[in-house]
Amino acid sequence: MKQIVVLSGKGGTGKTSVAAAFAHLISMNGQSVRAILADADVDAANLELVLAPKIITREDFGGGQIAIINPDVCAGCGTCESVCRFEAVHEKGDHYWVDPIACEGCAACVYQCPEGAIVMQEQVVGQWFRSESRYGPLFHAALRPAQENSGKLVTLVKQQARLLALDANYDLVLVDGPPGIGCPVISAISGADLALIVAEPSAAGVHDMQRILQTANHFGVEVLVCINKADIYPAGAAQIEALCKELRIEIVGRIPFDTAVTEAMVQGLPVTAYQPKSPASQSLRQAWQKVIGALEIAS
Amino acid sequence: MKIAVASGKGGTGKTTVATSLAMAIKAQVFIDCDVEAPNAHIFLRPELNQRKLVELPIPEVDASLCTGCGRCSEVCQFHAIVVLGGKTLVFPELCHGCGSCTLVCPENAITERPKSLGLLESGALDGGMRFAHGVLNVGEPMAVPVIRQLKNWQDFWDAESVILDSPPGASCPVVETLKGADFVILVTEPTPFGLHDLKLAFQLTQELNLPTGVVVNRDGIGDAGVDDYCRETGLPIMMRIPFDREIGEGIARGKTLVEIHPEDTERFQHLYALIRSLLNDRGGRA
Repeated sequence: MKQIVVLSGKGGTGKTSVAAAFAHLISMNGQSVRAILADADVDAANLELVLAPKIITREDFGGGQIAIINPDVCAGCGTCESVCRFEAVHEKGDHYWVDPIACEGCAACVYQCPEGAIVMQEQVVGQWFRSESRYGPLFHAALRPAQENSGKLVTLVKQQARLLALDANYDLVLVDGPPGIGCPVISAISGADLALIVAEPSAAGVHDMQRILQTANHFGVEVLVCINKADIYPAGAAQIEALCKELRIEIVGRIPFDTAVTEAMVQGLPVTAYQPKSPASQSLRQAWQKVIGALEIAS
Repeated sequence: MKIAVASGKGGTGKTTVATSLAMAIKAQVFIDCDVEAPNAHIFLRPELNQRKLVELPIPEVDASLCTGCGRCSEVCQFHAIVVLGGKTLVFPELCHGCGSCTLVCPENAITERPKSLGLLESGALDGGMRFAHGVLNVGEPMAVPVIRQLKNWQDFWDAESVILDSPPGASCPVVETLKGADFVILVTEPTPFGLHDLKLAFQLTQELNLPTGVVVNRDGIGDAGVDDYCRETGLPIMMRIPFDREIGEGIARGKTLVEIHPEDTERFQHLYALIRSLLNDRGGRA
């Protein structure tokens, strides 16, 4: 069983549109490759919007604990405030209070409170789902706004996808990743056999692509690059080409700007299902063939 | 006034709006809080001449004092310090730097040493605007402490007009960015993805009790979902930036909107005036 993750560094380069197209193309290929899908962007999960999932199981995610001060026991000494490094404890009248959004969950205050007035309380910070989608099983999640521990939730979603893949002999776990290079991205890339980087040919896109390439390299994950909206700024595309050549990274696709991509999103479909003959769909099909070749699973 | 520019979905044009607004109103300070993928410097081209390392205090155990009692590992919520075979081991990548282990060690065997998380850089633009951003180290998961230290760096926070460029999403790095802002501009695109993520971002600003308005970017693509949602919820659409290939190409080159279309300067000044009046109305009601 192989695992591929779609990443980008910069947000909005088209990760989800590419992942959805791949999910569709895999399903079109008979039973030769069986894939499980996982949306690892738990902050802003969009894959479900184009895969029409039917939720089969729904579980709460208890992402972590926060400190709660019992005002009846609190003597107002302020030790908690002085040990908190996250500016989460504040004075409130004759006692202290923990801002649940600022609390890091470290429990330092719990152990330092001389009155034993502070306890840790488990928080439900999101949910995760196993669904049946148009193109196979989908694992996805929703982190509540303002919450921490998106990395843990990403890890959980991926674990569940992997477990089913191993149990039921799937060939591939296809992971739609989050933007950036921090905590949720590190959770998304860990254990991947391959990362497909969707790059945008713009000054910002090139800058962020380098950051995600360094991240993949740091974790020893092999990468392929796909340029999206490749024709919108040729100088930027040329920069990506030159950089990939220098780093010996294969560019598996050059997807042209194509209004069919947005139209497909409005219809709730992957572009390859909505307009199979559109220029974007054609280059996505070619890209997928190269990706599957690199993954060395039969197609 | 401190205005944060955020969005649930990535790539909707946060940095475009933030940098163009800052240029148009001649903001005193610009802080790029997207420390995972910082891009604003590409558009504003400041001369970065001051640097500061961002460090997190990580425990270091003096083996000659440690008795292996395991108290440190009991209190650590992040499994960053464990006792194995009488020896205490630290896993720096899991440590949040809370200092709890140092405080509880009965032998005073733990001291803290700084571990580098990233870098802060600052400087100024030709016109005098002061600029700062943070750069998270590659492979380092924790963006929040970098954002926190960035916002507390120098005296940026005391300036009259501050524009904050937020990372995408709706979780902890965004919360850290929005803390202390007077107003949040949510940039979205009129597509199903844009709408879905706008709703999440609006939930967040409501939870933080921050006045919020919307800028619709790439207006004309997609569908009417964002407009309908804003009408139903009373979320004001303050500005629309049309979908236009010339704009797209200009942004790709690293230009702000006010450079691509100088006449847009007035539109961004108008946006700023609108935010002021929205805040005044709110203040009047309170």
